[in-house]
Amino acid sequence: MKSHKFLEDVAIADVAFEATGSNLNEVFEACGDAVFETIADLDTLNDTETYTYTAENENIEDLLYEFLEEIVYLKDTESLIFKKCNVKITENHKIKAKFMGDKINQEKQELNTDVKAVTMHMFSLKKEKEGYKATIVLDI
Amino acid sequence: MSEVPKEIKKISEFEWELPASYKKGMNVPARIIANEALLKGMDKGVFDQVTNIACLPGIQKKALCMPDGHWGYGFPIGGVAAFDVNEGIISPGGIGFDINCGMRLITTNLSYKEVKPQLKNLVDNLFTTVPSGVGCKGFLKLNNQQFDDIMVDGVKWCVENGYGVESDMWNTEGYGKIEQADVEKVSERARKRGINQLGTLGSGNHYLEIQLAKSMNVFDEDVAKKFGIIGDDQVVIMVHCGSRGFGHQVATDYLKVFDKSMDKYGIKVNDRELACAPFNSDEGQDYYKAMACASNMAFANRQVITHRIREAFSSIFKKTQEQMEMNLVYDVAHNIAKVEEHKIDNKIKKVVVHRKGATRAFPPKHRELCPKYRSVGQPVILGGSMETGSHLLVGTQKAMDETFGSTAHGSGRTMSRTKAKQEFKGKELQEQMMKKGIYVRSSSMNGLAEEAGKAYKDINSVVDILDAYGIARKVVGFNPIGNVKG
Repeated sequence: MKSHKFLEDVAIADVAFEATGSNLNEVFEACGDAVFETIADLDTLNDTETYTYTAENENIEDLLYEFLEEIVYLKDTESLIFKKCNVKITENHKIKAKFMGDKINQEKQELNTDVKAVTMHMFSLKKEKEGYKATIVLDI
Repeated sequence: MSEVPKEIKKISEFEWELPASYKKGMNVPARIIANEALLKGMDKGVFDQVTNIACLPGIQKKALCMPDGHWGYGFPIGGVAAFDVNEGIISPGGIGFDINCGMRLITTNLSYKEVKPQLKNLVDNLFTTVPSGVGCKGFLKLNNQQFDDIMVDGVKWCVENGYGVESDMWNTEGYGKIEQADVEKVSERARKRGINQLGTLGSGNHYLEIQLAKSMNVFDEDVAKKFGIIGDDQVVIMVHCGSRGFGHQVATDYLKVFDKSMDKYGIKVNDRELACAPFNSDEGQDYYKAMACASNMAFANRQVITHRIREAFSSIFKKTQEQMEMNLVYDVAHNIAKVEEHKIDNKIKKVVVHRKGATRAFPPKHRELCPKYRSVGQPVILGGSMETGSHLLVGTQKAMDETFGSTAHGSGRTMSRTKAKQEFKGKELQEQMMKKGIYVRSSSMNGLAEEAGKAYKDINSVVDILDAYGIARKVVGFNPIGNVKG
């Protein structure tokens, strides 16, 4: 089961969250969900715009960092914000992700905060007894 | 509960020191500028982080944290450190993702009486002409060559292209540009993120505010006059924003480069976010040149916003900007690294000063100041929360001697964004502020809740400490009346 929760007292000026999933695909998706939710109220978004992201990196933490950074990048360059994603990670550390969301429209959507960057502060992705856990701090 | 380490030593009423013996690897002590109350209110992160900075190679004298300091990533917000140009490092975590985030103050000769009937109109107009919020795009459609020119020339480009007057350049820190900018050091990704964002506020804690200078809040009449402030319910405008997605991407790009290159240089850091490179290495120089591009873009961003503000005032009050004396008092960076000369062990030395949530505060007679301010010192602009007001101060010799010509940058948060959103509701806050005579427009009600005054430290206590300790002197306090929140 994937899930995420925002950490209240970790990052005073920024946003910190913890995400879990029973496998790598799920923990990546849960991290994606937390970033989406930071940017916008997801109930006010359509999921009609899609974007496919592919990448590879031997280091799984770096793969996660780049995956999240791409979400921030697409917001500024393509005006795309998302409400959900499907992630497939292969054994050789390749990722194929499908993002589903909307073009930014301040009139129609309830937008929260512009995420500036994914930081490396406390950045971690760990295998636990049951699945994976990631801790991420976003710069706001 | 206080999280102040027991090893902390009180040096004076406003100076607290963690000795180099506090943590393994510290090259210099860490010093926090605060009174006892603010010190006790600081989170554990401040002490961890300021002592982590003290471990970095080539650090000079001491790692510092200003009274508005709080947990950041890598450096605390409010962190100041100077590194030897030959043996020291440069670190994106010591500057922040929002490269050259800064403050700008513009005067008018309008009084509250004249502005009040038009306040709502004015704020609504500014809300439209200065885009803010997630995904906002500027009114300028730039090609790559123009964007290159902005990266290199900063405010000068704006003046040459009709978005400012020459005095705007004089009244900006470093005359609105850092010379070392090299567009070749900027990635395509950074360029793509920034090219549509000139003239936009962004979101988070960024804002554009209409404020009043009441006579009772003018603390130094002579200096205030020199800065163009006379009090008497004079209306002024303050802007807080930075280099937008462009700077964020430059920082992200080089954080990754440094994360990988540290092994090569035998550098170990206590936090990945402190990733750094020797200032004189290829990586360090490349970042500095790219950071200069982002800094110049940020200066230009605030300049183009100033142009839009002048246009909005002109259209509402049917007067020219000259008639309204809409002059730039100053523009200061508070997330930046700069090569400066400072006195260390009685010798003048070139150092890379990192200011992350800290403002340059050069004293009178400093040769980098424009002639207009050389006799009084550099204007220092501190933004408060949108409810509590802001301050104009002036730089001092003590700042030069004690804090590498630096002082605080604002009030600093005390409550996380997540918590603030639970405690406050944007719509209610907007109504409460309206009752206090502050008209706020925001593209996001959740974003507004995060910026509630109660989520911030009391700016007056921060400013009083700066003044009493002497690393800036109070000149004028301002009260908000209208706000466009990003």
